[in-house]
Amino acid sequence: MEKFQTFTGVVAPLNRANIDTDAIIPKQFLKSIHRTGFGPNLFDEWRYLDHGEPGQDCSNRPLNQDFVLNQNRYKSASILLTRENFGCGSSREHAPWALSDYGFKTIIAESFADIFYNNCFKNGILPITLDEENILSLFKKTESKPGFALMVNLDEQSLIDPSGSTLVFELEKFRKDALLNGLDEIGLTLSHAAVIRVFETNYQKKYPWLFTT
Amino acid sequence: MSGKTLFDKLWKSHLVRENGDGTSLLYIDRQLIHEVTSPQAFDGMRLTNRSLWRTEANVAVPDHNIPTKDRDKGIEDPISKLQVDTLDKNCDSFQIKEFKMSDPNQGIVHVIGPEQGLTLPGMAIVCGDSHTSTHGALGALAFGIGTSEVEHVLATQCLIQQKSKNMLIKVDGKLKQGITAKDLILFIIGKIGTAGGTGYAIEFGGNAIKALSMEGRMTVCNMTIEAGARAGLIAVDQTTLDYVNGKPFSPKGELWEKAREYWKTLQSDEDAAFDKTIEINANDINPMVTWGTSPELVVDVEGEIPFSANRKFQPALDYMGLEMGVPIKDILLDKIFIGSCTNSRIEDLREAAKVVEGKKIADSIKLAMVVPGSGPVKDQAEKEGLDKIFLNAGFEWREPGCSMCLAMNADRLESGERCASTSNRNFEGRQGQGGRTHLVSPAMAAAAAIKGYFVNVTTNWNN
Repeated sequence: MEKFQTFTGVVAPLNRANIDTDAIIPKQFLKSIHRTGFGPNLFDEWRYLDHGEPGQDCSNRPLNQDFVLNQNRYKSASILLTRENFGCGSSREHAPWALSDYGFKTIIAESFADIFYNNCFKNGILPITLDEENILSLFKKTESKPGFALMVNLDEQSLIDPSGSTLVFELEKFRKDALLNGLDEIGLTLSHAAVIRVFETNYQKKYPWLFTT
Repeated sequence: MSGKTLFDKLWKSHLVRENGDGTSLLYIDRQLIHEVTSPQAFDGMRLTNRSLWRTEANVAVPDHNIPTKDRDKGIEDPISKLQVDTLDKNCDSFQIKEFKMSDPNQGIVHVIGPEQGLTLPGMAIVCGDSHTSTHGALGALAFGIGTSEVEHVLATQCLIQQKSKNMLIKVDGKLKQGITAKDLILFIIGKIGTAGGTGYAIEFGGNAIKALSMEGRMTVCNMTIEAGARAGLIAVDQTTLDYVNGKPFSPKGELWEKAREYWKTLQSDEDAAFDKTIEINANDINPMVTWGTSPELVVDVEGEIPFSANRKFQPALDYMGLEMGVPIKDILLDKIFIGSCTNSRIEDLREAAKVVEGKKIADSIKLAMVVPGSGPVKDQAEKEGLDKIFLNAGFEWREPGCSMCLAMNADRLESGERCASTSNRNFEGRQGQGGRTHLVSPAMAAAAAIKGYFVNVTTNWNN
């Protein structure tokens, strides 16, 4: 995984609560056996007026002009601003794959669903949780100033807007380290292989029925 | 010092090491695998040239893309077929036990795990599927993971996890005649909301939970994720032990005795401290029907779509083609789906069959289908003659799979169609683009098929 770098990006506002992973990437696109290529189908049912199918060329599909990502001012957005319980529902990692493939590096929300939140960190996406007051204020700024952008500095855990005003966000250290260092988690766990083997041997003695099938 | 919760105990028994940064390395006993969330994990294994840590800890089954009729013709959609073929190939090359599409024991991953005795009390169970919470009904720690974590478990038999907080939902009293586990969990979700359990492992306790069958307990734990919690748990008791006993892969003989002694300890201590406790009175619950595009948008069948001052529900109402104040019983339906990992077990089918026996589905219903959760469920139902009851009433009787719960196969709603469904999610587009889903119990779905609209199954509804 690539290391997460400080960046400045345009913010797209998606003012809706409980956005589920079926909305983020509808099920027909889950038939892919690859990790990439989901970007054109991100929010497919909201973004296009027709029914999307895997393998389709999306460049000629009729766009829903009312959908926020289809508006010119948000076309280059790399930060998604939204409400509570973002990413609820299915555990599909295709949701963060689609967001990342589209170009989103950071999602700012009042809260996230657990599995989705966890999946973001495996894919270089930084989910930031802010309280309702700050979220509403960001919505206001985003909607009133075309091109409104934020600088995301993970190391300092800060969001800086063009006026220089800074918002600090909370994040657990292990999650921050994982993104900043682009860690290979499997490699990290395998560095404890000997500890796992010892655990497993003792565990098998204690619960032998778990090792019969 | 206060006692330990069931979740604390399960966490501790699987704790390999604490990493010193708030995370722990947790040992995983069983990984269930299906075709949708695993291909990229196997690719990762090949790319990094890693081998499986413990092959036999993994069990696979295709379920999401599987056709529910004319199965001998194979999978028509080439993309679905490739995904299922890829699972077969991956399982063959990594030598993972798989119940292939043609296997008589094939079925929905969360139905076959407990049914085969492949998921057992006390285990830590994962699957790249959020409804893995189902298996917590057996007193196991079970939760859904993403594909990166699927790969992590394949390679290391462990996961890096942060411990959840403990919540107890205590359901006392007695469910009224005709009220099911599905109504109970929908009621709970309506009460705490779809994010109410975020960050928690939820243990369900109290008399009304103890009185549930294993099927009912699985329905409750299955939809724990719809309340925001990754894991739902129910303490082991005699009902659990009776269920597990004699399953194909359950321990036998001396090992059974040993396991049983341990499993009996899988309960929260009397003095266990929970971070949050919610008390529910089972006597209060009526048949529940969702009316919106989130499972928390749910009311009693005798109720109406609620009013909200700030038009908060407008997007959901627009999508559902409904208005505030509409009585639930006035909602007309097009299709009926009885199935999914929530409600496709034998008890669910019996409840639905009892309702439809000797009756016919309404003329206005375009399609009513029953999709059993597994081959063995289907066989059992046929032995009991339930298939005939459904077929005579005008239902279609299908082959096992996820089917119209998420419409990855050919079973789906057309735009604007309205469905009474025993599945778990009423999200926009979930059962087909533009499709409108109302989540209900099997008995409620069955009665709705007969009438063409929702009725209260606990009343004399067919007069």
